[in-house]
Amino acid sequence: MSLNNSPIKNDMPCQDPKVRAKNFEEVALGYTVEQALDEANRCLGCKKEPCRQGCPVQVPIPQFIAKIQESDFAGAIATIKEKNALPAVCGRVCPQEAQCEKYCVRAKKGDPVGIGRLERFVADLERSQGVNPVECAPPTGKKVAVVGSGPAGLTVAADCAQAGHDVTIFEALHVPGGVLMYGIPEFRLPKAIVQAEIENLKKIGVKVEVDAVIGAIDTVDELLENEGFDAVFIGTGAGLPYFLGIPGENLNGVYSANEFLTRTNLMKAYLFPEYDTPIKVGKKVAVLGGGNVAMDCARTALRLGAEEVHIVYRRSMEELPARVEEVHHAEEEGVIFDILTNPTEIIGNDQNWVTGMTCLKFELGEPDESGRRKPVAIEGSDFHMPMDTVVVAIGQGPNPLVPRTTKGLDTNRKGNIVASEETGATSKPSVYAGGDVVTGAATVIKAMGAGRVSATSICELLKK
Amino acid sequence: MYKILKKEVLSPTLKLFEIDAPKVAKKCQAGQFIILRIDEKGERIPLTIADFDRERGTITLIFAEVGKTTQQLGQMEAGDALLDFVGPLGRPSEIEKYGRVVCIGAGVGIAPVFPITRALKEAGNEVIGIAGARNEELLFWTDEFRAQCDEFHICTDDGSAGEKGFVSNILKKIIEEKGQVDYVIAIGPIPAMKVCAELTKPYGIKTFVSLNSIMVDGTGMCGACRVTVGDETKFACVDGPEFDGHLVDFNEQMRRAQIFKDEEQRALAAGSCGGGGCGCH
Repeated sequence: MSLNNSPIKNDMPCQDPKVRAKNFEEVALGYTVEQALDEANRCLGCKKEPCRQGCPVQVPIPQFIAKIQESDFAGAIATIKEKNALPAVCGRVCPQEAQCEKYCVRAKKGDPVGIGRLERFVADLERSQGVNPVECAPPTGKKVAVVGSGPAGLTVAADCAQAGHDVTIFEALHVPGGVLMYGIPEFRLPKAIVQAEIENLKKIGVKVEVDAVIGAIDTVDELLENEGFDAVFIGTGAGLPYFLGIPGENLNGVYSANEFLTRTNLMKAYLFPEYDTPIKVGKKVAVLGGGNVAMDCARTALRLGAEEVHIVYRRSMEELPARVEEVHHAEEEGVIFDILTNPTEIIGNDQNWVTGMTCLKFELGEPDESGRRKPVAIEGSDFHMPMDTVVVAIGQGPNPLVPRTTKGLDTNRKGNIVASEETGATSKPSVYAGGDVVTGAATVIKAMGAGRVSATSICELLKK
Repeated sequence: MYKILKKEVLSPTLKLFEIDAPKVAKKCQAGQFIILRIDEKGERIPLTIADFDRERGTITLIFAEVGKTTQQLGQMEAGDALLDFVGPLGRPSEIEKYGRVVCIGAGVGIAPVFPITRALKEAGNEVIGIAGARNEELLFWTDEFRAQCDEFHICTDDGSAGEKGFVSNILKKIIEEKGQVDYVIAIGPIPAMKVCAELTKPYGIKTFVSLNSIMVDGTGMCGACRVTVGDETKFACVDGPEFDGHLVDFNEQMRRAQIFKDEEQRALAAGSCGGGGCGCH
């Protein structure tokens, strides 16, 4: 190889913003072989592997990039898969700028190496050529139940199946994938990719039961006592939407982000009436919140035909919790950012339909407990913002169904399951938990990291 | 897949299915509901459980054909299968020995109130049943319902069966005649539940209603089924479907039921010329 000294990361080819804002096809198109090689050649192959320390599942990053430099793409994906069961997903949705790429030495003078884009490149190439199932240890005869099929559950299933355990995933919805299916939009993470990853798990013997609400059909206790499972992992995610608690939130035309995205992604309401699930989006849409979910909602609203979409966020652009790339994409597509603004009331007409919001303007004061400057309302700044649709995207709490039906499973004040960060162990023997149901809403890769930790503990437990 | 083992046509727009769903049947209790999806393009709709047989592993559903999905459902036959069937969802009814209870089923609400009535009877209550419908054709299960009750009343809006009038008229008479009623459960169209709850409020009679709100997942995830109960927002799917009728904001529920009215019309129109239910293809 010859080192590529360019301080600039190879651009990700994307659909034109004006075109893509009207369709649900994937925005980022992926590197070509030439671009991937050129980008891989920017990697210095640092012996200290600073990038790897930033990865919640410790993917051997310099090693896989070295394989790309040698055009050994099969070797590259095999190297990633030693540590990451869902590379095509992570290459797309991980916040690399806050993880691996943040620690890249090249970032000191220019852009970091496009690690996520390279990960995606080799994962996509492999998928297009047909994936060879990973090798598994001989059957142990031990049974593992995984409750929830989001990123945490899928990681546990993959690791435990590779260790030779008999794994069954229980999913409440009618398709597995959790937030990867119902939450993250098609234009950011094509659903066929998620299903391909799940098919790979089935190839190594993982069973998937859909329509299975644990707590309703079987409780966690029954899985252990009656169904013969030796360990249970709970990864039921952050499936309970928060609302602001302001007047007017139950007006027609106010959605939780979960409802808005689930109707669109999981139920394919964007294809209504070919698909039976409807969604209603007005001309003017406000999305409350500034995280990735808010960006997903705003960009989805545009694609559903909204004429004007506003992100309404009470802090400033610097504090937006969303990934830089997502904010950038949203801006390119025409989403309007009303920062330092927050509603105090949603207003409706006599038919109960949303007509607008009363909002206050804010300014930034002293840093608060999160370290960010606290937004302070400006007195007398209230104004009216006409709106037809409001999507509340201010976060989600843990779904209560499993904790409510499981004896001896400790939860904290917010209802999150209490589990050890080092082992995933809960207060209940043989029961482990990880991902958003433990931490509150976070990222795909953090959930996968927690899944890895629990899987390691489960495999230790089952050795005994 | 979840097979339809039996179909009964109760009236031209009212159908009964028995579904093969042993896992749901094993666990379900009076007052709970299921969510079903007919096929790959189908929507998820909630239906309250009308009956269950744990030994045979079946769930009985009764539904009125009111929209695209229920019309499509109504055209299915025994031997056909549903793609998805999830449950039992929601909290079961609070079955206790209250004393004298009145169980009201209005319209298709007769179906879900049936297992609750049976459970209240088994718990040792004195049970008075009221079944009401617009007309005789829309009444069903009156014999089964009557068999669970110590006293039983039928009414229709047009007087074609039983007394002419609404369930609330009979409820009022019962309260006035008996003096003491300890518990009322009323299930039916929102206006009927509203009137019943308003009627019992001055008497301080504990009154529960069962809401059939718009839902997507049915597990607390989407929040579409929001309902104002007292000064709190509750989710009908995980906090309900039964709520204290004296605290429910029925007007809000009525308006929320209209959210997708236009889309429902569009779906019906598309179905009638898209090879759907109308038979024109």
